[in-house]
Amino acid sequence: MTTLPQSTDKKLGLVIDLDTCVGCHACVIACKEWNTGGYGSALSDQQPYGAEPEGSFLNRIHTFEIVPEGGEVIDQSADSRVVHFPKSCLHCEDAPCVTVCPTGASYKRAEDGIVLVDEDKCMGCGLCAWSCAYGAREMDISAGIMKKCTLCVDRIYNETIPEVDRIPSCVRTCPAGARHFGDLGDPQSDVSILVAERGGFDLMPEQGNKPTNKYLPPRERKPLSDAVNTGFEAANSDNVGDATGFFGWIDKTLSKGSNNSKVGEE
Amino acid sequence: MSAEPILNLDEPVGDEVRQTTCYMCACRCGINVHMRDGKVRYIEGNRDHPINKGILCAKGSAGIMQHYSPARLKAPMLRTGPRGSGEYKEITWEEAMEKAVSWLKPLREKPKKLAFFTGRDQSQSFTSLWAKQFGTPNYAAHGGFCSVNMAAAGIYTIGGAFWEFGSPDWDRTKLFVMFGVAEDHDSNPIKAGLGKIKKNGARFVSVNPIRTGYSAIADDWLGIRPGTDGLLIMSLIHELFKNRKIDLDYLIRYSNAPWLVINAPDTENHGLFARDKDGNELVIDSKTGKTVSRHKKGVTAALTGKIKLKDGASARPALELMAEEYLKEEHSPDAVAETTGIDAKTIKGLAAEIARVAFEEEIVIEQPWTDMKGEKHDRFIGRPVSFHAMRGISAHSNGFQTCRALHVLQVLIGSVDVPGGFRNKPPYPKPVSAHPRPHTLMHPFLPGQPLAGPHLGYPTGPEDLLQDVDGVACRIDKAFTWEAPMAVHGQMHMVIANAHAGDPYKIDTLFLYMANMAWNSSMNTRGTIEMLEDKDPETGEYKIPHIIYSDAYSSEMVAYADLILPDTTYLERYDCISLLDRPISEPDAVCDSIRWPVVEPEREGHEGVRGFQSVLLDLGVRLKLEEFVDLDGKAIYKDYADYMINHLRRPGVGPLAGFRGKDGKSEGRGDPNPDQIEAYKKNGSFWKKKIPMEAQFFKHANKAYQDFAVEMGFFDEPSPVVFQLYSEEMQKFRLAGMGLREPQPPEHLRQQVTDCFTPLPSWYEPFEEAGVDNSEYPLHALTQRPMAMYHSWGSQNAWLRQIHTKNPLYVPGAVCDEHDLKDGDWAWVSSWHGKIKVEIARMDAVNNKTLWTWNAIGKRGGAWALDAKAPEATKGFLLNHLISELLPPKGDGRRWSNSDPITGQASWFDLRIKIEKAEEGGTVSEPHFKPQKRPGDNEKTPIVLRFGQEWTK
Repeated sequence: MTTLPQSTDKKLGLVIDLDTCVGCHACVIACKEWNTGGYGSALSDQQPYGAEPEGSFLNRIHTFEIVPEGGEVIDQSADSRVVHFPKSCLHCEDAPCVTVCPTGASYKRAEDGIVLVDEDKCMGCGLCAWSCAYGAREMDISAGIMKKCTLCVDRIYNETIPEVDRIPSCVRTCPAGARHFGDLGDPQSDVSILVAERGGFDLMPEQGNKPTNKYLPPRERKPLSDAVNTGFEAANSDNVGDATGFFGWIDKTLSKGSNNSKVGEE
Repeated sequence: MSAEPILNLDEPVGDEVRQTTCYMCACRCGINVHMRDGKVRYIEGNRDHPINKGILCAKGSAGIMQHYSPARLKAPMLRTGPRGSGEYKEITWEEAMEKAVSWLKPLREKPKKLAFFTGRDQSQSFTSLWAKQFGTPNYAAHGGFCSVNMAAAGIYTIGGAFWEFGSPDWDRTKLFVMFGVAEDHDSNPIKAGLGKIKKNGARFVSVNPIRTGYSAIADDWLGIRPGTDGLLIMSLIHELFKNRKIDLDYLIRYSNAPWLVINAPDTENHGLFARDKDGNELVIDSKTGKTVSRHKKGVTAALTGKIKLKDGASARPALELMAEEYLKEEHSPDAVAETTGIDAKTIKGLAAEIARVAFEEEIVIEQPWTDMKGEKHDRFIGRPVSFHAMRGISAHSNGFQTCRALHVLQVLIGSVDVPGGFRNKPPYPKPVSAHPRPHTLMHPFLPGQPLAGPHLGYPTGPEDLLQDVDGVACRIDKAFTWEAPMAVHGQMHMVIANAHAGDPYKIDTLFLYMANMAWNSSMNTRGTIEMLEDKDPETGEYKIPHIIYSDAYSSEMVAYADLILPDTTYLERYDCISLLDRPISEPDAVCDSIRWPVVEPEREGHEGVRGFQSVLLDLGVRLKLEEFVDLDGKAIYKDYADYMINHLRRPGVGPLAGFRGKDGKSEGRGDPNPDQIEAYKKNGSFWKKKIPMEAQFFKHANKAYQDFAVEMGFFDEPSPVVFQLYSEEMQKFRLAGMGLREPQPPEHLRQQVTDCFTPLPSWYEPFEEAGVDNSEYPLHALTQRPMAMYHSWGSQNAWLRQIHTKNPLYVPGAVCDEHDLKDGDWAWVSSWHGKIKVEIARMDAVNNKTLWTWNAIGKRGGAWALDAKAPEATKGFLLNHLISELLPPKGDGRRWSNSDPITGQASWFDLRIKIEKAEEGGTVSEPHFKPQKRPGDNEKTPIVLRFGQEWTK
């Protein structure tokens, strides 16, 4: 069994904006690309060109449809919405994947709260994956080792890369800017402010894991049909619907009097 | 915490970073390729690059897997078995070139016998030059089956269009309305733009039958019925007219709204613009009531009134005709609600919101500027409503008019090239007059000569069509004939079918580059394969006798080539993303870029691959094409890189605009610079020049911008654009259709031309919908391109294929209920043309008459180095089998193209279908083709991939 730190100096994590994520999978592949040659063993792909391709990914996007309560109504279709939900390790404060680990391979860093697997100690028993409420861990079949999001620990402190790039690969690449990285333990950090402003929430809080990562919910929407009530009705009540009235309006607007049946000569 | 292991967190990413341009889709982002031990370790976006500013999509990050794909070709190959058998032998490059020359050389004497079409080519300014030099009229790239309607409608209307021509002002817009798009048109800038819109609190409205991807995060989703977008847009125009929400000042200054349109029914001038003796269009001077040239300074043109012309005819400003047309009740939201599937209140609401944001949330940038009439303005005024649209409204037989309607809408609210609206990207805007007309063989009796001008151009009337005196098409694809008069990108989708049918004539050699015509890039895929395999019973020869094909990967098409010229991957090649071609500029900067071999093209144990453009140059030299050889017949350009540096299109203007001149300091115009490519490499493989602030908006009429454009070499004299709300070009074709102008269309096309070429945007029922029994085929079916895939390329990519391994047919809940279908069931889907059997998935966030699937996931077994049992081949499928390149027969014995009657754009999205549950269930989609034998060396693909394992500690 492995113990969790009493507290961590920082709580590094991700804030993912579900109002902005378009489900493009850029983060999924950037993660794969960085981590297959980065921290720990490669992320293998079984049958990469075969009938049942299956590889290790530390970050995946789940796409599903929901019908929100009281959502807008599209008359000719069900009021259904597609949600793209990126998911990786949430670096929980009370991480059961750490405490369940029989070898001490799984641990949470006291310095920044990142949950890592010490691959030298991992025997691939899979208990941690079983204990994770979010299904965020992936056993690499080729290595026989448990893989998980490292928050790109080998990028964020890496002094051989430019400072601006010392962020997780998924955050750096996200085309829509839906992913944010920072210290959620610091209430003044950009990510904490974002969470406060946008009503960021914990994934499945009832599990009691205190996840560090947060999700931002879709913003409130109001139907377009409401816009008609904002005074968008013809200013000119005469002949609203026909062209003569329109020409009259043009002439009035352009201060030419209201003679709309002018006939001139070249 | 001593228990924690000590980590090495300072491991360098690689040994070296090489910056080049991505080609995982058509977006053309800048990339940093990190090399380690001679291998590609990591690809990330280039933060300095104008297109992507550091971000990169899934495709871009998966470039490693594309580069190391087992489907890469390795050597030139010559077919030894029948077409489609996959029987080939590897040959040397010398043998390959000799073989190609032996086929091509005799065709210099009868150049129409060569059809050279180049698919998803990013070097069209070069490949078109080659074709022009060869002298064949048969050249185009893939625009005709992609989104030509958007490009053509944009150029004819506002001198620009979306994507490469212009974009929303993402930083300032407050209301953004997006219609259906293929996700790579364009990819990362749209995602980044949507991110900005969300951050700025702007409203995002999506008009799309399907609510995925971008539409999933829209504030408002209008699940429109396919092919009816034109009706929706014109009802927005109706509402704006009705509620007087039109920018009159903008229209007077920048559009042809005040130009006088002649009313002289039954004459050849009816509906054309009144002109003075010098050919200047006339307007009414609002002060005097007299007609004056539109160019006269100090005149405010009237938007209303009626004038009697010297010849006795009357004339009225174009805006009067527009108001009369669009105020008709048939354009009201109530009238179009049922057909579009969008309720009237929502349409009215969208119009109200467009008007409110345009006129009540005006943006002002305090920057003085001067217009083309010399009038000084203190500031830029912006109407922060912007639009984007692409394939969704383009790929219909009424697409051109729909796209034109959208551009007209933007002009009416004054949002073109203004802060917060749509902004052109240099070298656009560019008026039709600054574009060439289409060209064909000048002298049919003088073969072996280059064409006098470019193949593709913008016709301004029937006199610009390309057909001989008997009305026979000059081009194999029949572009620029009465079937498709404004086919400004050609009609690649008709080439194989026409060549096979010998209509308008037979050809000898089909030369293709990067176009998977034997699979997902053709309508009627099975039929196309049969045409490629079909032999003339008399001679025993193939009906299309020779096929030369260049591709980097073992696509389905490769197995139908007689001669295969293997191309490099995008990391192994030189390319230029040229302003002469499909530019990558930004609204506030002019830009171009290059690719260079960041990895050497090596195929151990094989003859190797060569960049197609260098191969084409070599062929040009061997064929002694004027442009490529000196007087001694020696090569002028060593290879494509040398061409990129030294070719001059006009004095001082070459393929690359940056780092010109002997010292590398000239921009736009300048002498060739031998170190130009090195300069690009040092600059991240791109060049960018900021447009001066006073020139950044109203480019169509901004003196500072026009001067900048001339200085940069976009054109040699200022070429301002007047927005063409009313299209005289269209009216000229229409008059010919009505028998009032020459040349006239053949009898069978007269009605179509008269009906479709309305000078104001109009809507007509899509042709397939009009031609089939809609009670038998009550539903629509569409494809969308997934964000993680580009055409057929993605499935060979070990990482990307795990995201989309197969493509179910998504079926609306109501249709599922009606047919007792649930997830995982199999169904038969039929159109008038074909039948497929597919696995279905239920979906509710979709128009209730529309079924859809992901594009080009379905593969033929054996192609792309995939296992024949790969899900792409067993469960994946193409909708193409349901779509014919021809319309249902009309009983007149003619071949009616399934295309837009104006531009010839392939009408992929007109498809009508029915669905029935496959009671027998299923495991394999139908039609299922015999697996393809992969041409050439078929090394075993790995069973396990552990990319990067050697670098782990």
